[in-house]
Amino acid sequence: MKSKEAVIIGGGVIGCAIAYELAKRGMSDITVVEQSYLASGATGRCGAGVRQQWGLESNILLSKYSCQALEQMNEALDYDDDIEFKQGGYLLLAYGDQQWEQFLKNVELQHKHGVMSEIKTPEQAKEIVPHLNITGLKGATFHQKDGHANPFKVTDAYYQAAKRLGVEFLTFTEVKDIVISAGKVTKVVTTKGDIATKRVINAAGGWSNIVANMVGIDLPIHSERHQILVTEPVKPMQGPMVMSFHHSIYCQQTPHGSFIMGLGDPVNEPRGLNIDNTWQFMQEMSEIITNLLPPLRNLRVVRQWAGLYNVTPDAAPILGSVPGVEGFYLAVGFSGHGFMIAPMTAQLMAEHILGIETTLPISIYDLERYKRGELIREPNVV
Amino acid sequence: MNEKKPAIVCRCSDVTLEQIRDLIRKGYTSIDEIKRITRAGMGPCQGKTCGPIIEREIAQITGSKIESLAQHRQRGPIKGIKLGTLAAGGDHKHEE
Ligand SMILES: Cc1cc2nc3c(=O)[nH]c(=O)nc-3n(C[C@H](O)[C@H](O)[C@H](O)COP(=O)(O)OP(=O)(O)OC[C@H]3O[C@@H](n4cnc5c(N)ncnc54)[C@H](O)[C@@H]3O)c2cc1C
Repeated sequence: MKSKEAVIIGGGVIGCAIAYELAKRGMSDITVVEQSYLASGATGRCGAGVRQQWGLESNILLSKYSCQALEQMNEALDYDDDIEFKQGGYLLLAYGDQQWEQFLKNVELQHKHGVMSEIKTPEQAKEIVPHLNITGLKGATFHQKDGHANPFKVTDAYYQAAKRLGVEFLTFTEVKDIVISAGKVTKVVTTKGDIATKRVINAAGGWSNIVANMVGIDLPIHSERHQILVTEPVKPMQGPMVMSFHHSIYCQQTPHGSFIMGLGDPVNEPRGLNIDNTWQFMQEMSEIITNLLPPLRNLRVVRQWAGLYNVTPDAAPILGSVPGVEGFYLAVGFSGHGFMIAPMTAQLMAEHILGIETTLPISIYDLERYKRGELIREPNVV
Repeated sequence: MNEKKPAIVCRCSDVTLEQIRDLIRKGYTSIDEIKRITRAGMGPCQGKTCGPIIEREIAQITGSKIESLAQHRQRGPIKGIKLGTLAAGGDHKHEE
């Protein structure tokens, strides 16, 4: 049986980034096990938006550092391709007094942490996105450095850099079981043989609880389907990602010219692992978007698809160790924003696993916070 | 083959045969992986033209049978459809 320092379960952006950050800090003999191909899970299905306009210090910092990492990523990872990071900004729309008050508070906090978001009147918002319908709009906030990157390429960049540092990637290989002995992880059972190891990192996205169950833990987590669509490419006409918590939608134009849009908080979406697409989504999405951004009615949808959000009670991830199971680590529950915080999250995970002081506090994300009642209450989340 | 004129495999996304062969040799040996790196098959025709060509290349280079390759998933819509038409419940009269 082969023996490894660490086995990472899941080849999404989180698993690949953790592999790289561990290898970079000197850990050798790491294996990433992925049941399908890399980025086949939520990562390759996501909207890939990156924003720093959050309402909690922890989220602002996590996303700010991650954004800085994305800005440098092509060079830092010596990537021979391009992660296509476009910083066209995020325009967050506010409807109603209550939401507006919250937005103003958020901006104040963001400024305190060097995220220089701007407050906009509806007219100013329209200057940024001329085709925006501002009926009923109370105001908006805008941050130029937000944007989006290509999620396949970001994962590929981490994969290639990790591989160069000696990380092994086993794709089309499923983890079936994890063996524990005297409270410690000892072995991972896969469809392509067993791997002896002292450390297992659960980065299994929508499947995270199935993996946690293998060590006898039941996480306060569920997976739910989220749908998304893409149009044919057209000439550049929209700089920022437009996001409305009121309508629960986001919509961006990629550097390639296509528009990508999704519903952040759909009603009636099934829990579980179902990622089929529905006609209802197309109808609902198109009704909202043609009202909010009317000229988009002339764009042809070329594909719709779906992926899984892995959701915790406070919509914040669970990171770190697990009491009672030595060597088992969690990086799960990223809801709809795991892509944008992946770089810094992976760094924190690597530091934690190696026993180095973490750059940002990681303990606030531990599993035990639900028992302690210390939930992470982010106002700015879909 | 004419050196100056690269053979285009995916006309929607301008992907050449050389790019595809390069990726297969680097280990991107499923249609899904190649699609995600190159955009081949992401355009208006959704892989109806390039899909079979890429499958054939994968089979040839990896020495596997076409039937044994993982298929990429078909999703709606079958043909490009305007957001305005969708919003009108499928009514084309609504289009400009
Ligand atoms: C429609 C949609 C839109 C989104 N939009 C955004 C956005 O705009 N911005 C943003 O930041 N985030 C967004 N997200 C969220 C983001 O995609 C996720 O939070 C992030 O990709 C999580 O990465 P991951 O690596 O943890 O999970 P995944 O990418 O799902 O990776 C987990 C991997 O584990 C593998 N796996 C599972 N079980 C096993 C096993 N037993 N053995 C081997 N392998 C296994 C899976 O195959 C999978 O590839 C969106 C998500 C969806 C679905």
